[in-house]
Amino acid sequence: MISKTLRKRYHYPFLLLRRLVIVDFKLRYQGSVLGYLWSLLRPLGLFAVLYVVFARFLRFGDAIPNYPIYLLLGIVIWTYFVEVTVSSVESIVGKGDLIRKLNFPKYIIVAASSVSAFINLLINFLIIGVFMVVSDVDIFYSRLPFIGILLLELFIFSLAISFLLSSLYVRYRDIRYIWEVLIQAAFYATPILYPLTLVPELASKFIMLNPMAQIIQDMRYILVTQQTQTISSVFASQAARLIPVSLVLVIAVASSVYFRNRSRYFAEEV
Amino acid sequence: MSSNKHPAISVQNVSKDFKLRGNRKETLKSKLISKVKNDKESLTVQSVLHNVSLDINEGEFFGIVGRNGSGKSTLLKLLAGIYQPTKGKVGVRGRLVPFIELGVGFNPELSGRDNVYLNGAMLGFSEAEIDQMYEDIVDFAELEQHMDKRLKNYSSGMQVRLAFSMAVRADADVLLIDEVLAVGDSDFQRKCFSYFKKLKREKKTVVFVTHDMSAVREYCDRAVVIDQGEITHIGTPNDIAAEYEKLFINTSNVGAQSGTEKRWGTGEVKYSNPEVEINDKRISITLGYKSDISAENIIFGVQIKDEAGTLLLGTNTNILGMSSSVKKGSNRIEWQFDNILKSGRYTLDVELSSAESGVIDWWSDAVQFQVVKSIATPHLVQPEISFKAKK
Repeated sequence: MISKTLRKRYHYPFLLLRRLVIVDFKLRYQGSVLGYLWSLLRPLGLFAVLYVVFARFLRFGDAIPNYPIYLLLGIVIWTYFVEVTVSSVESIVGKGDLIRKLNFPKYIIVAASSVSAFINLLINFLIIGVFMVVSDVDIFYSRLPFIGILLLELFIFSLAISFLLSSLYVRYRDIRYIWEVLIQAAFYATPILYPLTLVPELASKFIMLNPMAQIIQDMRYILVTQQTQTISSVFASQAARLIPVSLVLVIAVASSVYFRNRSRYFAEEV
Repeated sequence: MSSNKHPAISVQNVSKDFKLRGNRKETLKSKLISKVKNDKESLTVQSVLHNVSLDINEGEFFGIVGRNGSGKSTLLKLLAGIYQPTKGKVGVRGRLVPFIELGVGFNPELSGRDNVYLNGAMLGFSEAEIDQMYEDIVDFAELEQHMDKRLKNYSSGMQVRLAFSMAVRADADVLLIDEVLAVGDSDFQRKCFSYFKKLKREKKTVVFVTHDMSAVREYCDRAVVIDQGEITHIGTPNDIAAEYEKLFINTSNVGAQSGTEKRWGTGEVKYSNPEVEINDKRISITLGYKSDISAENIIFGVQIKDEAGTLLLGTNTNILGMSSSVKKGSNRIEWQFDNILKSGRYTLDVELSSAESGVIDWWSDAVQFQVVKSIATPHLVQPEISFKAKK
């Protein structure tokens, strides 16, 4: 009975979501010679540049085993976050024409681009898996389920930020520029390139409260090396992980509520 | 009948205001500044609908007519749930599909085939359902050869055909149709009309916004006139068509404020106060003019255009073989001709010239007027035609 009403209620959103994800994939690399390969080549390209500068010249990674994979993993996760949030900003306004002509659940627009980017992320993870096997990284199979939880946290956090940005942008067009600058700053405020040991202790505590830092460092701890610092080692407490996780939940609830309230008026404001 | 107890659509005391930001506070900076300066946001509230109440019964073909800007499209969007009412309630029973525009969500970068699936999802069809009707959709649109082409390479006629072919598949209890008929050629309009007949046969609830009074008479069971955000009349199609016509006669003097390019001439004599009187048999046009001169051999002219701008009929006093003159001061003239016009909107040009001065006053679109006839025709004009069987 409950499953039937649920099915009825989400039948339309689901088939719309599915279709928009398919369309997103079809359109994304249309007309490019390498097509879908670009979604793999882009993080790899960024990785190559950063690896040469930071590992070869500045020798950031000397203290970290498997630094190339360590770096690649961080970049792949970060690229996902940037891709989802930056493309979300104009997503509602960009579909203004549709919103003015049809009443449909608006969250589908934001969710669709999030889902298609997430599929890319999973494929990127497979590539990382191949690299790990090739470079003989120890894989702890018992820990793999935690990756699922971390990916879920990453998905929810990125989606929540997207809801917030896309609905704010309908009213305030500065959001695009603010977010461009913020995300640049956040790249350096997140331990993607540098090991946390290079940062003063107080600063590293502060840095690790950022959910992105927590996710990236936990992922590295599970997949690449246990010598990296996680939020529990920085605070010397397992419970510390609850801070970024609850931050994600609070942001997710708040931005969903905000989006839901605003979305009733998108048709007249976009 | 039980259907009368449960209207398919009920609108209760609905008002809709739009907040127009005077100097659009679209940036955070301006928002912050106005907070600091403590000035109230300079919001202009535009009230589009006031206290509208309406019940539409199940299976009814319901027309909404009104001038541009009267609020009828806003009402349709409220019914569709696209806008939220500022006050009041809108209730809809059953599955509703709006056609505010054909081909909603069409993406020019995708192939015709992909667009069928995309638009189908918007209309609520699953992939399997579209698989099943795909052939029929393509057949009906007559686009077998073109389904793998991108939509941007379609002609606009092909796009409309594809969109319409999708629309007629929509599985809904309530359909909202906003002047879809305004696009497309006569062949397409015929297809639309036969779709309407099918909807009527199937007893669907249809809400239809239009300017076309002949369509109102032919298809609607009931209709309303909306003027300045209020329902002014509700009733039978014939009554509503007549009320609609009155709206235009009261405000027919559209040319008076229009720009200079629509009116030129030396200005020694100027037309004023054009009035149109219409009955089923005759149309009479009276005009005042004010002259600064007295002159002989003046030519008065008149012509009538339909909505597409086609010159339907016209003449001048020279063609009629009359010699006319003007005297200093104000006077009136009158034109009369048989009412051979079909239902629709027409505009009138008037002209005044002389051999010596050339054009003295040429006034394009001096008046706009509406003709309503009880029988619709696809032909250009509708004179009285009689038929008799002879022995």
